[in-house]
Amino acid sequence: MRIPLSWLREFAAVPADASAEDVMAELVKVGFEEEAVHRPTDTLKGPIVVGQVLSLVKEPQTNGKTINWCQVRVVPEGQEQTLTGDGIDPSGVQGIICGAHNFVEGDKVVVTLPGAVLPGDFRIAARKTYGHLSAGMIASVRELGIGEDHDGILVLSRIGLDPEVGTDAMELLDLYDEAAEINVTPDRGYAFSIRGVAREYAHATGTAFTDPAGKVNAPAGLSGGYGVKLNDDAPIYGKPGCDRFVARTVRGVDATRPTPPWMVSRLRLAGIRSISLPVDISNYVMLELGQPTHCYDQDKLSGDIVVRRASAGEKITTLDGKERTLDAEDLLITDDSGAIGIAGVMGGAATEVSDSTSNVLVEAAHFDEVSIGRSRRRHKLPSEASKRFERGVDWQVAGIAAQRVVDLLVELAGGTADDAGTDVGTAPETITIELPARFAAARIGIDFTEEQIVTSLEDLGAVVEKNDGGWNVTPPTWRSDLETKEDLTEEIARLVGYDKIPATLPVAPPGRGLTRVQEQRRRLIQSLADAGLTEVLSYPFVSKAANDTFGVAEQGAARSAVKLANPISEEQGYLRTSILPGLIEVAKRNHSRGFRDLALFESGLVFLPAGKVGTESIPPLGAKPDAEVLDALYDGVPDQPFHVAAVLTGHDSPAAAGHTPRQWDWADALDVARLAGDVLGIDLVVGQGSHQAFHPGRTARLALRTGETVGYAGELHPKLLAASDMPARSVALELDADALFEAAPDVIVARHISTYPVATQDVALVVPADVPADEVLDALREGAGELLEDVALFDVYAGKGIEEGKKSLAFGLRFRAADRTLTADEASAAREQAVALAAERFGAVQR
Amino acid sequence: MTETLPGGAIPNPTDEAAINAAVDQAITAIAGAATLDELKAVRLAHSGEKSPLSLANREIGKLPKDQKAVAGKLMGASRGRVNKALADRTAVLEAENDARILVEETVDVTAAPRRRRAGARHPLSTLQDRVADIFVGMGWEIAEGPEVESEWFNFDALNFKPDHPAREMQDTFFVEPPEAHLLMRTHTSPVQVRSMLEREVPIYVLCPGKVFRTDELDATHTPVFHQFEGLAIDRNLSMADLRGTLEHFARQMFGDEAQIRLRPNYFPFTEPSAELDIFHPGAKGGPAWIEWGGCGMVNPNVLRATGIDPDVYSGFAFGMGIERTLMFRNEVGDMRDMIEGDVRFSEHFGMEI
Repeated sequence: MRIPLSWLREFAAVPADASAEDVMAELVKVGFEEEAVHRPTDTLKGPIVVGQVLSLVKEPQTNGKTINWCQVRVVPEGQEQTLTGDGIDPSGVQGIICGAHNFVEGDKVVVTLPGAVLPGDFRIAARKTYGHLSAGMIASVRELGIGEDHDGILVLSRIGLDPEVGTDAMELLDLYDEAAEINVTPDRGYAFSIRGVAREYAHATGTAFTDPAGKVNAPAGLSGGYGVKLNDDAPIYGKPGCDRFVARTVRGVDATRPTPPWMVSRLRLAGIRSISLPVDISNYVMLELGQPTHCYDQDKLSGDIVVRRASAGEKITTLDGKERTLDAEDLLITDDSGAIGIAGVMGGAATEVSDSTSNVLVEAAHFDEVSIGRSRRRHKLPSEASKRFERGVDWQVAGIAAQRVVDLLVELAGGTADDAGTDVGTAPETITIELPARFAAARIGIDFTEEQIVTSLEDLGAVVEKNDGGWNVTPPTWRSDLETKEDLTEEIARLVGYDKIPATLPVAPPGRGLTRVQEQRRRLIQSLADAGLTEVLSYPFVSKAANDTFGVAEQGAARSAVKLANPISEEQGYLRTSILPGLIEVAKRNHSRGFRDLALFESGLVFLPAGKVGTESIPPLGAKPDAEVLDALYDGVPDQPFHVAAVLTGHDSPAAAGHTPRQWDWADALDVARLAGDVLGIDLVVGQGSHQAFHPGRTARLALRTGETVGYAGELHPKLLAASDMPARSVALELDADALFEAAPDVIVARHISTYPVATQDVALVVPADVPADEVLDALREGAGELLEDVALFDVYAGKGIEEGKKSLAFGLRFRAADRTLTADEASAAREQAVALAAERFGAVQR
Repeated sequence: MTETLPGGAIPNPTDEAAINAAVDQAITAIAGAATLDELKAVRLAHSGEKSPLSLANREIGKLPKDQKAVAGKLMGASRGRVNKALADRTAVLEAENDARILVEETVDVTAAPRRRRAGARHPLSTLQDRVADIFVGMGWEIAEGPEVESEWFNFDALNFKPDHPAREMQDTFFVEPPEAHLLMRTHTSPVQVRSMLEREVPIYVLCPGKVFRTDELDATHTPVFHQFEGLAIDRNLSMADLRGTLEHFARQMFGDEAQIRLRPNYFPFTEPSAELDIFHPGAKGGPAWIEWGGCGMVNPNVLRATGIDPDVYSGFAFGMGIERTLMFRNEVGDMRDMIEGDVRFSEHFGMEI
């Protein structure tokens, strides 16, 4: 909401020297946010005066244009020029070149004299042009920053002005006024008016407030006016769409009269363009009182006005010239011809006032918030009117606003008001809130005095009556947001001042610290960072193709994924089922920025809908749903496990003197995955894997001991890397971290540490080339029995000396007994058992 | 450089002058040995089997019995002097040699390569942990929930009326089909609701996490960002308790000088509601109040939605943005730096914030 200061001053005690910033600072205290300052003089500086065109010589130019060489008097005849400066003619007459042709000798115009500055830092100076010294400019509204019209210069008589020559034009056009723009929270509809803000200003400063509604002399009862019927046969939530409709007639209006500059200025500062006098008056009254009104050309109406719901498919052409198809829920203003307005949202084109309008019917109605909000959303028609109706308008102010429009039409447009008028509808029931005496004090922590409570509420306009244990409070009609004792408590605290709230620190009961999963998650992330990987974040929005590639191992299978109804980009319209697509994008971005050696990781949720998602309906607010309903809500939320993924590309370390970096390869990806397992106490089972996003021969499937797959690691598929402009041989891994957390051991049982000597034996086994080393290792471990302390693969060889299709695996076995020194024979025997099992399982032959 | 007596004659082991001359010659040669190799040659010449003193020693056996004792004593003392000189010189030369090797092994430590890659945490993740730790230290617990949520948890349970403008101001991502009433949570408040449903009162929880709004990415907006929200439900909690908690937290985060300010505001889920500002003495462009988040007393309708009796319990809640906190705490000028994943951003912070 933008508040022109001159307007606010009419109703609140704003000091004469207060700036928009000062006003905002006060309003902030009572809960508004500062948005902006609108001050024409920030970009517009004088001297800008009223001039009269003494002579005008048309001079055709070689470029085909004709310019006017004008002599313009800028001080009253017979007086001396008191301004001085370069280009200011002491005679009081300026020679000015002007390209516009919409004026004649004798016209009074706005002259920007040398030294003036116009919006856009346009500095006016005397300059040689078209063979003359042009000392100033005759300005258009656009050049002054007060309108869009650039067809010609501003001729003052046409806006109803005939000021003395030399008058300060900025003063004349109210350009010294300024506006404070504040943000109004959605509960405070009343503050979308000068009336509401002036009241708040008074609250903030403790000064006097004059209610603009009180200055209007509206008749108590109206009858005999234009016929209006309220026929809402489908109220929303049982609330009638329209519960008051005031209609007034003003006859003999001259709609072509210019809107006075003070009104244009205030509207402009408030952010509303001047359109025509009747429309400007309607807008002006809306800004002042918060009640949207509408002016119809009464002669274009046919028959009674009926407020009713639309029939599905009904059409209307709204003021903006667009034809709109209506919904059965839309509330309409209709006459015999059909819809003439979407109630509270926008009027219809057929009955709007025009230059030829003579008789105006003024509408001031009260509409249901929800009904208006839905129509506005449905038709995507945010308007100044709907904004106010949606947030709640004072039911009582409709008649006053109508009267104010009538008064201004009479005063400014030369109309005559009918005595008769229409006022139909039923006032909503007033509510009374019980406020227990100690409630506000207990809730806020300030020991409010009785006087503080009563005065605050009465200042708001509430009626406060003492009852047994506190007060009965009837909120004012313009505060439909006040419904509960908590609402009242906020108002009391707000008016007393939030800065008065003391600070006390409540002591929480003994907590249990981080949960196990929270600890595990932290350890995992920290370990990967400690291992040299860089943590990054990416968005969870991906394409369907990315999900179908990364989210499922088998090619051609479609991944069931969450689709967004309103994504930022249609192409990335799905939520990720894998972290890798986003991480690869991040890797590419870094690569393109010149970083070739990368080790990136990200952790976060992935989204895996399965079965039924969501619920057909949701329970109402303010009550705990039944267990069944709650269960359905829980169950409808898709699975969202926590994953961790990494992408490695380039080299493991920066090249440096005396150091040769190593290129990351598939084993590094696997190593990172194993590290993740290690830090969580999980020995991941590695198997030859197959995943469409990975190299078919260089992929490890990672599983728990139970066999459950928890991720993949290896080289990304060469085709995929090429297609996504990633360096060849980039490697990656992804793990379902939640599955790891779940599988982590609860209690680790200690092992006896034997101090007897170690006996080591090496063995080389020739096995078929496709036998996984890890499985041979398992066989050795199992076959060797409990004397085996450790076994490790230390060499893999194929080639000369080894039969085609076979490979040699060399293992180091370390034996130790818990209770004695092993003999060489005992160690050898255990080794033979180990080899025997490997031979049995894989046909392994000792070399 | 074998030196023997002139003429290579073997000195007489009873000739004290000759033996002393041989000893002196040996000691001179030992002192003159500049390296361990030279000393080795000197040792051979003056103490080896063929050295004059060794040969003279051997002569003792040929001496008459009465001379043997005198000669033995003379030779023993003489060879002892030579051996000591050798040992001393060896020690000196070895020490010199050791020192020289160490000098020779000198490297330019400033040219050392980084062999190990230094990893880094994302500062948003580090900051999130730090915030959590402060609250855990106060006895609070950390609560979490899903990012795709039921509309009920995100809005209705939080007293957003179905048609209230506040609902639209959340710029929500909805999930297909809209009839399923699923959305991406617009705040971490649904975790508060879940906490109230799943935990016993009193409840003191912090809910950090990712949230989503349909904003295009620019210098100050991102469709995905992080929040932390706090919720306390207990008997007799007041706005003073809220202020005290926020003040304590602000001081843990920003130091003992930190100040906070509450301004009236509106949220459907709190009543009264407030905007929270923090005084930032080190703000770019001079000390300033900075908008940090929202807070208030939990609306009784929210308590009712989770089965908590508002006549018995009251509560407060607050919420702040982690990006925003990082922006003013660490002077991050552009939102995009935080979310584009440029390694320079994370690596500059390392493990710290």
